[in-house]
Amino acid sequence: MSTPGTPPPTAVPPFPRDRREGDVAVVAFSQTRHMAADSGAPEARLVHTVVSDVLQRAGIDRGDIGFTVSGSLDYLAGTPFTFVGALDAVGAWPPISESHVEMDAAWALYEAWLRLRHGDIDTALVYGFGKATQGDLPDILTLQLDPYYLAPLGIDDISLAALQARALLDAERVTEADLAAVVDRSYAAARANPYSAQAGFTPDTLLTSEYVAHPLRPGDIARPCDGAAAVLLATGDTARRIAEAQGTRPAWIRGLEQRVDAHGPGARDLTRCDAAERAAVAAGVGAAPVQVAEVHARYSHQEPLLRGALGLDDGVEVNPSGGPLGADPVMATGLVRVGEVARRIAAGAAERGVAHAAQGPCLQHNLVTVLEG
Amino acid sequence: MSPDRQTGSPDETLSGGHTVEFPGGYTRSTGPVIGRFLTELRDGRIVGVRARSGRVLVPPTEYDPHDGSPVTGEFVEVGPAGTVTTWTWVAQPRPAHPFTRPFAWALILLDGADTPLVHALDLGPDSGPAPPRRLRTGLRVRPRLRDERVGDITDIACFRPEVDRITAPTRLDYTIRAGPALTRYLDAQLEGRILGMRSRHGTVYVPLRDVDPTDGSPGTEEVELPDTGVLTMFSVNHVPDPRAPEVPFVTGYVRLDGADVDLLALIGRVEPSRVRTGMRVRAEWLPPEERSRTRPSIRWFVPAEKGEDDR
Repeated sequence: MSTPGTPPPTAVPPFPRDRREGDVAVVAFSQTRHMAADSGAPEARLVHTVVSDVLQRAGIDRGDIGFTVSGSLDYLAGTPFTFVGALDAVGAWPPISESHVEMDAAWALYEAWLRLRHGDIDTALVYGFGKATQGDLPDILTLQLDPYYLAPLGIDDISLAALQARALLDAERVTEADLAAVVDRSYAAARANPYSAQAGFTPDTLLTSEYVAHPLRPGDIARPCDGAAAVLLATGDTARRIAEAQGTRPAWIRGLEQRVDAHGPGARDLTRCDAAERAAVAAGVGAAPVQVAEVHARYSHQEPLLRGALGLDDGVEVNPSGGPLGADPVMATGLVRVGEVARRIAAGAAERGVAHAAQGPCLQHNLVTVLEG
Repeated sequence: MSPDRQTGSPDETLSGGHTVEFPGGYTRSTGPVIGRFLTELRDGRIVGVRARSGRVLVPPTEYDPHDGSPVTGEFVEVGPAGTVTTWTWVAQPRPAHPFTRPFAWALILLDGADTPLVHALDLGPDSGPAPPRRLRTGLRVRPRLRDERVGDITDIACFRPEVDRITAPTRLDYTIRAGPALTRYLDAQLEGRILGMRSRHGTVYVPLRDVDPTDGSPGTEEVELPDTGVLTMFSVNHVPDPRAPEVPFVTGYVRLDGADVDLLALIGRVEPSRVRTGMRVRAEWLPPEERSRTRPSIRWFVPAEKGEDDR
């Protein structure tokens, strides 16, 4: 079903399949142990940890990197140009080719992928970081809303998400039991993931704790964390060489597409995620079976919504890492989704996977990555 | 950084407050479409703009979010009433929220509009932490406009449900005079005694009556009955009653030992789910100082045998 006025989704090949030399792969991934409380580590230290780790895994030096791009949000620290300070961790002298997006680092990965496809460099470093515990994340996210009609109301991200959850319940697309099952499984997976925050919720309390914004309880809502993640991308033979040296294989990016919906929650059908649906079609998610997916669901109801929008059938394992409910290192969370899928493919645990990143209220802007072994 | 929030023990790094603010607020241009909406709102009207597709966008934007086409110049007054299309109940408002007590956020489709508006919804000062039962998708609501309006979305203070009910105070006062039999019955209860009447047919009625209800003949004698009996039927009540301590509560018919008719009574000190017909019960009397001639002195009947409610 297409919304009136919306062009129907069309399948666009992400790029010519025969240009193998232009193929880009994730060849290394690192993330911090995300913390739900401020450990006192400054941003540059978080970044230093993950950048040093990916370079060590990949067996290359800082000077070998063709392009560096990061994603972060100055409002998390309340200071301008936080990303410049974090460059200390990369080593920016002599001058390097560097860029930044004021977005989740999954969009930095998008920029790096475009840059690599120019064909003149063969590696790119992507990282994202944030210390979401320093301020009040819902208040910070209110400032990204429409400044005329939404922000002055003081409405926050959690309340907006709750409007979406209610719409899904009313449409009988999900039940409260479905949400509880997502939460239960996410925390069970998160507890087995050493990088995920110890969120402190046990499944027993998830169904009984007070609603934050009905129908969402604390367990339905991602816990903001301090953390960072880094991914090394490489092309063609360089990717194969770096992977081989680690005893893994490249996780090739076979589709990478983003779509954005209207900002206002009233301008959309909240029971669907049209932008994710169109991005998934464009990225070719349905072209072959998928074994694993990581989705940027910051609220429990968004996982089944995204499973449907991305066209993932019941057999696909979704958020085996515990997902954002287990740890939400804001501005790295989307990149972590890519890394979690890539490392499973690199290790041979899956052949084909989907990583999804989102930003904006009620999943406004969606980026879909298809990775293959 | 405020000095009082600094900490500085040797094993702890310094920390302090930090505020980012635009003193006086950040100035933004409205453009012709949002400006028209806010100007109309200041005058107490809510308008949408018609898109090329014919749809009325509320709140209006300069383009149709579905296809990016510029909207027409036609502004359409909508509402003021509308329908809730989705909602969330906020039990503990955040500091930036418009209420300090529980309230709802909702998407509200104003009459005549094709897109819903996000706003706050006030369900009244008695709102508790649980969503009020009347809060449902489909609820009809109307805006409460501020008296002093400045041209801001918050000129609508909130929405409120349409009036679909009133609460009418209802009370009548009477003076009841008990007949001789009821007077004797209540007097006897002050002493912890239950009086009945034996009819000329041998039937024992309780409470005490003046005459046999089957034929109007006077009773032959007063009978004192024990305060024990059997529950012959019962009902679990979920509607609050001033005579019962809480809901749900149980009312039942008690056949006192030796009586031929049942006494209507409250059943207490037992889980409603454990009450059953045939259960032995005994009266639990009010303490003597709480007894009164004007009402029964039996608080309720309780399971008579130890462990009766555990079976």
